[in-house]
Amino acid sequence: MKPPRPSLILLLLFVLCFSLATYLEPRASALAGRDETGDMLTIVLGDARRMFANHFFVKADVYFHRGYYPSFIEQSYAQTPVEVHIAEHHDGNEPQGEEAHEKEMDFLGKPRDWIDGFGRNFFPSTHTHRDQPGEAREILPWLRLSADLDPHRAETYTVAAYWLISNMGKVNEAEQFLREGLRANPDSYQILFALGKIYYENRHDPDVARNLWELALRRWNDQNESGKDPDLEAYDEIVAHLANLEEKQGNLREALSYLEVEVELSPVPEVTQITHPPVTLPFL
Amino acid sequence: MNAIFALATVVIKELYRRKDFYVLFILTVLMTVVMASANIFNDDKIVGYLKEICLLLVWISALVISVATASRQIPAERENRTIFPLLAKPVSRGQVIMGKFLGCWLASGVALLVFYLFLGVVNGSREHQLQVIGYLQALWMQWMFLAIVIAMVLLGSIIFAAPSSNATICLVVVLGILLLGRYLNLVAIHQAEPMRTITSVIYFSIPHLEWFDLRERVINDNPVVAWNKIALASLYAAAYTGVFLFGTWICFRRQSLSK
Repeated sequence: MKPPRPSLILLLLFVLCFSLATYLEPRASALAGRDETGDMLTIVLGDARRMFANHFFVKADVYFHRGYYPSFIEQSYAQTPVEVHIAEHHDGNEPQGEEAHEKEMDFLGKPRDWIDGFGRNFFPSTHTHRDQPGEAREILPWLRLSADLDPHRAETYTVAAYWLISNMGKVNEAEQFLREGLRANPDSYQILFALGKIYYENRHDPDVARNLWELALRRWNDQNESGKDPDLEAYDEIVAHLANLEEKQGNLREALSYLEVEVELSPVPEVTQITHPPVTLPFL
Repeated sequence: MNAIFALATVVIKELYRRKDFYVLFILTVLMTVVMASANIFNDDKIVGYLKEICLLLVWISALVISVATASRQIPAERENRTIFPLLAKPVSRGQVIMGKFLGCWLASGVALLVFYLFLGVVNGSREHQLQVIGYLQALWMQWMFLAIVIAMVLLGSIIFAAPSSNATICLVVVLGILLLGRYLNLVAIHQAEPMRTITSVIYFSIPHLEWFDLRERVINDNPVVAWNKIALASLYAAAYTGVFLFGTWICFRRQSLSK
């Protein structure tokens, strides 16, 4: 029997591949639909992607420190573990916090021998931050990657949005990223609060900001009632911003009610009362 | 000296006849270009991650090229029995070793130059500026690192039976030093005796290859390293290279070539 021509075999294989693809594609889409993302990373990495997401979040912090960061060996021998702090505001208003941070980041200490001392000339060995305008852009790819790997980590979105706005003035991109985060985390009060800040501070739209912050407050209360132990500091911040907004809008009764809540929450109520001058209702 | 350069030229020609360099270079280019095409928050000035990926690929490629080239030099000459006419030229065994070392080192230097030119073009097109001195220092230090590695692999090619086992062992040792060398003293002080002394001895006797890795400084736009430190590190590399080459010569001098 004469063997078929190679071109015919190739054609047959091509037709077979095409038919198989049309048969499998709807099933594959349905499978992806069952999963939350269904993208290639999720399929390949599974739950390990959360571990990688954390690694890339830390990587962003490493970039924020211009490479001056303890390795896992140094961390394991450190007396005080170094915490990721790219989300913190470095406005110089907290000298005690800065001092503590400097102490925490002095993980190298004095050189132990001449090899150690000389070797420090060849890797980043001084503590600095990428906080000058435009410098923080380098941390963003790692935050983007971290969010892709673990879309349910709200902190990644809020941190990226903070740096996009404060360091690069990219309000639209920040809002878009936060909305992406909100789609993946509809119950996140952190993302709602960050979105509200954009509407209040950058879009100058207090009505939308109020709605977002009130929704954030509701989400916080829902989580508190369901025993998820949400962050009390975040609650305080939402309430403080709402109080400020209502005061600026002339809704003094609402502002007062929020301030009362804030004083209740504050560990030092006297300080809260001093930082917020007393609101006097004109009709009282 | 002419014999050494003649031998070195043969090794360099071998590099551009083989496909290793081209394959690794094209892979590096492709991966970097794909990464560069990613749109991250509509900002085309983000370059740190590109530098990191490209430099990592450059380091892997240069290490693979150097180890693969150096590990097969002397075994191939013995296997093909070309070592006999070579030594009958007359060329001494010391000259063979020096020629092979110089050839591998220069060949890896040429490969590094091409890789760093590509890296410079990619980063320059993104950042619209280039830290030329920083890149030159990184290139020089990596070349010094490769000198130690090539000398170590040449010594291994005399000691170990097959080029594959030599290459594997040398790669494991080099990667081990790069990843852990810096922390051995820290580990040592937390150990009980006798592990403490053993770890300390290893720490003080290994070549500290991690010094020659300036990637973190380049990626994070750190200030350039003082030139006197670069010169001292180069002397350190020259000393270790000399030690390994001397060891190679001692072993090769007494070795029978006919087995």
